[in-house]
Amino acid sequence: MIDVRAVRREFPIFVNNPNLVFLDSGASAQKPRAVIDGIAEFYRSDYANVHRGVYQLSARSTDRFEEARATVRAFLNAADEREIVFVRGATEAINLVAQSWGGAVLQAGDEVVISDLEHHSNLVPWQIACQRAGARLLVAPTDATGEFDLGAFEALLSPRTRMVAVTHVSNVTGTVLPVENIARLAHRRGAMVLVDGCQAIPRMPVDVQAIGCDFYAFSGHKAYGPSGVGILYGRYDALAAMPPWQTGGGMITSVAYAGTEFQEPPHRFEAGTPDIAGAVGLKLALDFIEGFGREAIREHEAALTDYGVDVLSRIPDLNLVGGGQRRLSILSFNIDGVHPHDVGTVLDQHEVAVRVGHHCAQPLMDKLGISGTVRASLGIYNDKADIDRLAKAIEACREMFLR
Amino acid sequence: MTDLRELYQEIILDHGRHPRNFHALEHPTHLAKGYNPLCGDRVTVYLALDGDRIVDVSFDGRGCAISTAAASLMTEVLKGKTVAEARALFARFRAEVTGGETVELPEALSEDAERLEPLTGVKAFPVRVKCATLPWHAFEAALKGGLEGDTVKTE
Repeated sequence: MIDVRAVRREFPIFVNNPNLVFLDSGASAQKPRAVIDGIAEFYRSDYANVHRGVYQLSARSTDRFEEARATVRAFLNAADEREIVFVRGATEAINLVAQSWGGAVLQAGDEVVISDLEHHSNLVPWQIACQRAGARLLVAPTDATGEFDLGAFEALLSPRTRMVAVTHVSNVTGTVLPVENIARLAHRRGAMVLVDGCQAIPRMPVDVQAIGCDFYAFSGHKAYGPSGVGILYGRYDALAAMPPWQTGGGMITSVAYAGTEFQEPPHRFEAGTPDIAGAVGLKLALDFIEGFGREAIREHEAALTDYGVDVLSRIPDLNLVGGGQRRLSILSFNIDGVHPHDVGTVLDQHEVAVRVGHHCAQPLMDKLGISGTVRASLGIYNDKADIDRLAKAIEACREMFLR
Repeated sequence: MTDLRELYQEIILDHGRHPRNFHALEHPTHLAKGYNPLCGDRVTVYLALDGDRIVDVSFDGRGCAISTAAASLMTEVLKGKTVAEARALFARFRAEVTGGETVELPEALSEDAERLEPLTGVKAFPVRVKCATLPWHAFEAALKGGLEGDTVKTE
């Protein structure tokens, strides 16, 4: 059991905004004191550039940075620390794979398969990579309930499939995708598999070896860590076969005007000075999550999701969007006759922070025939009282627009 | 909560629910689309000009209560105005909602400016100002572009 009142005391934002109901962790999570203070302390005590200096401080900073890599490896149960690449966020991670791997491998006539639940960040990079190569982008559908349709997905696979890129948990509907089965089916066809883990990482156990994916991407800021840092996990031989992406300092072994030799992964993909304090902050955030245990966090958020579905389903004129059988931590809805933007403004006046709009998933909005939704997304610090406040604010909204 | 009533005044809610001049014009001389990428709202503004007088104006599309009411009220005040008068009203309206320097209007337009007054509640909601100005920007683009007007975006 997670003691939400104790958890909230760890988050200064709630101390400084005691009346705030924060239901937008799907966009970015709030930061615990351990992360905020830990970053400041790192700058005060151990900061210098990494992998460069001969002096002790730089060695210490490098140790902290590489210690963060080790923490991420353990968090994902990756086989090797060299499989963990520090990037700016999931968007950069996916662009890295789409451009480096895609640029080297994709040929005319090849196919890349995504799902119709993808965030633009796991759609546009593949669209561009396919356009460059003359490859085709295919979209695996969800069924009428919002569940990923494994049968329809399997039917899309062919010997031409080179990459399957899917989200682990939808940022719009909260649908949990059967990524283990997706990876197994894709590998049977000889395709690579990338999983966008942004919404999964902060709220459920993730084991990249058990999933069997080749790549797994996530952002630090959705996992209670700082923004500006994220992770690309790549199976070592997959990374080792990829050409450099961004080039410059830190990713070379030798440079001459005649040519340059590049480092092995992960450093090959870490050109320039990384977000050192960001990596340290991410480590602290993952430690914070592990302090509760991801199984406990999943149970907490799953129970709250069920409660939210129950409460929202009782509200007249309210339609929950998709979700399927397995929905985690995300409640997307519309109120008949009221535009999501107007709902968002009224909720804000009740100090209930939600996201409104298309959630960077315009093709999904088009499929659903809506311009946007109101999205409440949960974090470790939310409880039933937050859902009740949400419901009360929705009532006020209905009162204003539908009476 | 008083702020919320300032924003969603009765007349705004009414125009949001029952927009006036909400249809395409059959024979427009000018038209342009407005698009707000933030929320996906779209509006098309249609004009029929005779010389420099706006003889008819209408809109369609989908949007929030604010942008729908703003478009509806805009079409009401613009009908029958000259292009110069319409531009003056837009300049005044934009200054009012963005907190810019007040734009003086000729006496003849003061009643129209008053009719737009309820929309100025958006001042207290900076993220919603674009909802109120989107149809006006589409109107401006239509004036400039004839039937080939660019789509104006808020972002």
